[in-house]
Amino acid sequence: MELLLILLIGVLYATGIYLILRRSMVKLLLGIMLLGNGTNMLIFLLGNITKGKPPIISDGLKVFQDIYADPIPQALILTAIVISFGLTSFAIVLLKRVYALINTDDLDNLNTPEDEDI
Amino acid sequence: MIDNQIIATVLVHLFIAILQLGFWRKTVPQRVLSIGGSFISLIFAIKLFTKVFNGDILIMHAANWEAPFGIVFVADLLSSTLVLLTAIAALAVSIFSATGIGRQRILYGYFPIFHFLVMGLNGAFLTGDIFNLYVFFEVIIISSFVLMTLGGRKAQLEGAVKYMAMNILASTFFLTGIGLLYGISGSLNMADLALIVPKIENRAIVDITATFFLIGFGIKSAIFPLYFWLPSSYHTPPSAVAAIFGGLLTKVGIYALFRVFTLIFIPNEFIRDLLLVLSILTILTGAFGALIKTNVRRLFSYLIVCHIGFMIGGLGMYSKLAILGAVFYLIHDIMVKTNLFLIAGLIRQMRGSMDMKKLGGLYAEYPKISLLIAIVLFSLAGIPPLSGFWPKIYLLQGAFENAHYLYAGALILGSFITLFVIAKFWSEVFWKKSPDPDTIEDKFKDLIGIRKIALILPICILAASSLYIGLNAEIIIQVADRISSEMLNTTPYIQAVLGK
Repeated sequence: MELLLILLIGVLYATGIYLILRRSMVKLLLGIMLLGNGTNMLIFLLGNITKGKPPIISDGLKVFQDIYADPIPQALILTAIVISFGLTSFAIVLLKRVYALINTDDLDNLNTPEDEDI
Repeated sequence: MIDNQIIATVLVHLFIAILQLGFWRKTVPQRVLSIGGSFISLIFAIKLFTKVFNGDILIMHAANWEAPFGIVFVADLLSSTLVLLTAIAALAVSIFSATGIGRQRILYGYFPIFHFLVMGLNGAFLTGDIFNLYVFFEVIIISSFVLMTLGGRKAQLEGAVKYMAMNILASTFFLTGIGLLYGISGSLNMADLALIVPKIENRAIVDITATFFLIGFGIKSAIFPLYFWLPSSYHTPPSAVAAIFGGLLTKVGIYALFRVFTLIFIPNEFIRDLLLVLSILTILTGAFGALIKTNVRRLFSYLIVCHIGFMIGGLGMYSKLAILGAVFYLIHDIMVKTNLFLIAGLIRQMRGSMDMKKLGGLYAEYPKISLLIAIVLFSLAGIPPLSGFWPKIYLLQGAFENAHYLYAGALILGSFITLFVIAKFWSEVFWKKSPDPDTIEDKFKDLIGIRKIALILPICILAASSLYIGLNAEIIIQVADRISSEMLNTTPYIQAVLGK
């Protein structure tokens, strides 16, 4: 299981970075999303995967007697998912607006000389 | 010592933002609330600073979960100093925004987002939990995305794409670092990590984790190979927004670097050399970039990059004197950089342009304001006895003490180019005759008195703070001295947080 996850994380990071390096805006967005998912899987993996051992102390005991599944990585991932949900939805709206303004998907065309602003 | 008041500044900005949402599309109450709220948070920040300065490190356990299990907020001298500086800068910017931000932007929620941003900044400075730091970073970047795009001009959106992509990437690197760190140490509390991480035997994986943090924070604080997003986006939003970005957002990255690399990962030879090389390259690229720019705000953006290098170098040398200099520079830099962008906004109001080729004749028309601006420019360039001068002395001393002559050379060259650029800026914008006097649209002249004050007063506040830093340097040195001792000897911090 661990090995499978490691391979999956590697693939997610690699594709994410590759897509970010492309010039297309849609690929940039997909790359960011894949990288975010890769990071979530990484946190999940590094919290040590233990199957069928919920972190609940049985009656009459004060501490855990044996190995239990660590709940913290899941809390972290949940937070990270919510945050990346917000960021991704913002990114989608922003890129859609930019596409509507400049009519191209090419990131190299984002350099109209700046005249004035306030 | 446990003191729940330390998150007062965070809460004040949170409540102000929520209250302002209740006054949606009503510009006057929003302006009043913003200035009033920033003032209240300044009072809390001063109280916090004096408490920490005269006493001990203060902590607060969120929901009464004790460290290292719960989230803990820690106000040591570094945090409380930065909270105080943030409060001063936020007050200045919120006064400036009352006039400097167009009505349309305020109608679409400029002020609530601004206060969420400042809340995030305060939270990032005060938290003692590495994952909580990540969450506050996200609060900061999502608010900054909105501030950067609000208004929706073409150039703004183009700048925002670069800004957004790089900042999300930085957060991903940071989060990867946190994941690895949790995997190797099983803790998220920074003080607890400071105890666990040095004992880990597999140093290679510790170095890899440290590198992830370096890249993540490096993008945020715009150090050498990772800074390109900054000059291509900071000139696009309104000047008040650029002021808070230029003054504080990159400094959060610096703060995080200082915190993580003095508390959790004590830099080894490799990381120190890496930081020094990066700092030299950052200084040089920033300085050379500033030389060729004619747009005032692009020029200032490159100066930000250049001066980030000074501080990173101070961390890279990792000696008492060097860190003292870097901390002092941080204190000086927040005040001056915020002010520079406000000045750019004022010039834009007076002339309707930011291009140095089209500007000119400001000294003849506004001599008093020009002299006020001159003080700020001199502070930036580091003319003794103003505020930019003292930290550079310490940085140079630190460099010679540890025989880092290349850094010393880069520091001197960087300062010289800053001086040159500032002289050029002064002669082009203030002394030169206006090239085309008929086409000038001077909005500033037609403003009513109170609006003029709203534009000038923040610059006065920040200039006065710069003057205070420069002329009362012995007090600031005392503060910076204590901060650098706390950074190099982290036992009091760890004891305060873990209570043992």
